[in-house]
Amino acid sequence: MSARVRTIFFLCSAAGLVAIFIWGFLDLPPLGDYRGPYGNAVVQIAVYERHATDVVNAINYDYRAFDTLGEEFIFFASVLGVLLLFRPTGTDDKGDKHKTKLEDALPISDALRVSMQAMVGTMIVFGVYMVTHGQLTPGGGFQGGVILASAPLVVYLSGDVKTFEAIIASPLIKLAECGGAAGYAAIGTAALLFGTHFLTNIIPLGTTGDLFSSGAIAVISAVVGLEITGGFVLLMKTYLREIVEERLGESE
Amino acid sequence: MILAYLPYAIAAWIFLWGLYGIVTSKNLVHQVVCLAILQTSTYVLLLAIGYKVGGTAPVFADIPVGTVVVDPLVQALMLTDIVVEATVMALLLSMVVKANELAGTVDPEELRFLMG
Repeated sequence: MSARVRTIFFLCSAAGLVAIFIWGFLDLPPLGDYRGPYGNAVVQIAVYERHATDVVNAINYDYRAFDTLGEEFIFFASVLGVLLLFRPTGTDDKGDKHKTKLEDALPISDALRVSMQAMVGTMIVFGVYMVTHGQLTPGGGFQGGVILASAPLVVYLSGDVKTFEAIIASPLIKLAECGGAAGYAAIGTAALLFGTHFLTNIIPLGTTGDLFSSGAIAVISAVVGLEITGGFVLLMKTYLREIVEERLGESE
Repeated sequence: MILAYLPYAIAAWIFLWGLYGIVTSKNLVHQVVCLAILQTSTYVLLLAIGYKVGGTAPVFADIPVGTVVVDPLVQALMLTDIVVEATVMALLLSMVVKANELAGTVDPEELRFLMG
């Protein structure tokens, strides 16, 4: 397709888009005039039905848990795709020789080193707090997982490359990624054994406001946290390896 | 009156800039970033739709049930999307890296062939 034909094609589509845009915007309610019935219904019943005080997570991990399962697997597939694209090809795999050189690619100041090391513990505690308290307060597996996954990166930035390598080389990371995804599906399937629908909340609900409350919501939040942590660490590992190899390739 | 529709206009504004970037971009990395910008417009739109006058966060840890809160549905949608978007961007960027390795260019104009 020549550039000219493409421009014409784009302008036609853009005109259509603008028309749909304007049509859509005409019907939007003014800000603050909320018209959806489901939002109103769910904030009324979620706390009583599911014993979860954070309604956002009650929706995420219970009312529309099936959608979240789908999104979870988009995440899983994306991580898998990156790993697949950056897999060691054999021809340019210099493997172990480069592994020890992660350190060389990292110029680092003392200020960064000290402040980063002080942050790691706080981040891990905060991440675990986020993952485990998703049913009570804002947070949950997605947010907490990202915080937890950032902790190894902070270790790397603090210049402690040996610890960082030990973390990313650990089989626990892959286990977290796969186990998290499998765990979600397993919790859903377990409901079938009890003769109810897929992903029904069959775990005892506990007392509203307790850490161990809301049944499957807390459990799913935890396994999602595991998966997100594993996935992001794997992404980080893959990209860092790629960058370091590139830099070493240039310096050679 | 203008304020009541301003968030929608902002959403459209962000969307169109993202689209403009994708269409005119000569660099795949730039294009991926533009896609991310385009996608953030959905967050603004959804948040605007879910907002209720006087509504607070839909978390009943320290407020009684029955308090006016904003729509939790759209927030649940966005929350997962933000994380998933980050990984999808990582996937797209890794494709760009591979395209650069195989074709030696990240200009979509010059990537005119298929390779097995």
